[in-house]
Amino acid sequence: MTESAAPLKQTPLYAVHRRLGAKMVEFGGWEMPVHYSSLLEEHHAVRRAVGLFDVSHMGEIEVRGPEAFALLDYLTPNALSRLSNGQAQYSALLYEHGGFVDDILVHKVSDTHYFLCVNAANQEKDYQHMVAYNKFDCEVELSSSRYAQLAIQGPKSMATLQKLTATDLQSVRYYHFVDGEVCGVPARIARSGYTGEVGFEIYFAPEHAEGLWGQILAAGEEFGIRPAGLGARNTLRLECAMALYGHEITASITPLEACLGRIVKFEKRDFLGRTRLLAQREQGVRRQLTGFEMTGRGIGRDGYEIFIDGVPAGWVTSGGPSPTLGKNIGLCYLPAAQAQPAQTIQVMVRNQPVDAVTRPIPFYKRAS
Amino acid sequence: MYPEQFKYTKEHEWVLVEGDTGTIGITHYAQNELGDIVYVDLPKIGAQAEKGKTIGSVESVKAVSDIYSPVSGEVIAVNETLVDKPELLNQDPHGAAWLVKVRLSSPAEINELMDAPAYQNYIGA
Repeated sequence: MTESAAPLKQTPLYAVHRRLGAKMVEFGGWEMPVHYSSLLEEHHAVRRAVGLFDVSHMGEIEVRGPEAFALLDYLTPNALSRLSNGQAQYSALLYEHGGFVDDILVHKVSDTHYFLCVNAANQEKDYQHMVAYNKFDCEVELSSSRYAQLAIQGPKSMATLQKLTATDLQSVRYYHFVDGEVCGVPARIARSGYTGEVGFEIYFAPEHAEGLWGQILAAGEEFGIRPAGLGARNTLRLECAMALYGHEITASITPLEACLGRIVKFEKRDFLGRTRLLAQREQGVRRQLTGFEMTGRGIGRDGYEIFIDGVPAGWVTSGGPSPTLGKNIGLCYLPAAQAQPAQTIQVMVRNQPVDAVTRPIPFYKRAS
Repeated sequence: MYPEQFKYTKEHEWVLVEGDTGTIGITHYAQNELGDIVYVDLPKIGAQAEKGKTIGSVESVKAVSDIYSPVSGEVIAVNETLVDKPELLNQDPHGAAWLVKVRLSSPAEINELMDAPAYQNYIGA
């Protein structure tokens, strides 16, 4: 147990989690539910029915003003100009050297208002980074305290949430959002998620968190809804090979190394990090993210070393059991030449080499 | 919940001494803290267990946890059922999901462990 100087932050649903008997853990400076009863059952509920996550720890940053686009277009590598009002985009904040400040979701509310969802542990850093580069006619606001966020995820998420809102959810396309109401509470309803299933993420004022939490659980009861914790959130995202800051992406990893070239649009005008990334693209990346599956007995976990033919070759960024596939899987960095599927590698599991084989990612994709 | 005839460690193992044999497991509290257990690594028969030293590990979906032997002695039996059914550790940690049996080399060590009331006090139960 490590003692941290600052007290852990709590979401507006902290008391609810305790009442439900959740096991609470520290995550990014927050005291969060890791699981309520069984992580495996929570995972399967999301894949087969619907799960409800409290993700109020996530940060929100808003950019408002005539030059809001100009600031964000410079600070993010994706094609911001392609966003319509009511559309969201997966993107990043990058350093000049090409590494990640954070990975983010950019929602375009209007030409003069963008709404960013950022990682809990990074929100202050992201805000400072954005302010430092803000030479534009716009204001950057860290508005996390004004929002609670819930994620309703799984094949029955739409049926569940539709019972509580007049917004036609079927018409909200993937990576789009509408400002509507849920149970009469004003809410930003986004079709997005971190599980690989159909799902929604809703943002609303924190004082309504307990009420909405209870009403969503009641609405989903007929479908077998379960509250789900960060443990299931992690196994679900790992199966889909979605990046987690501090693991697959860090300040010293670039999007090209992290297999996130799709969020880097070199053809758009200059953006922070472009020069370095362009050079990296021309020279070729030295290391690359890839998937692996354990073939020997053992579980490769976050931070474990990887050897190829007895030589240190890389490290596991995230690893563990895949409840959906019934295998032990993971993501790792390997030299680019070896980051190809079907390579035999050894994961050092508590000082013992255990065989694994590289696999294409994602490991899981839902049937559409 | 916590059998009176067991002795307990601060690392949440239990031992049941019958004659010169000690049966070792992890406690209900330990399995509950770990969550769904998916993997168990146990020593081989004939291995020497040493009090306070690692004799194996238990892994849940989220985490790895070492198993520290509550007593010293030679491992004389290993619960092979757990290799294929690690979830048994969540279901019956004080019974069918025992981990190993050892032949005690220093039976007096048992006096250094907690009894059931002391352990329950220790975990705040």
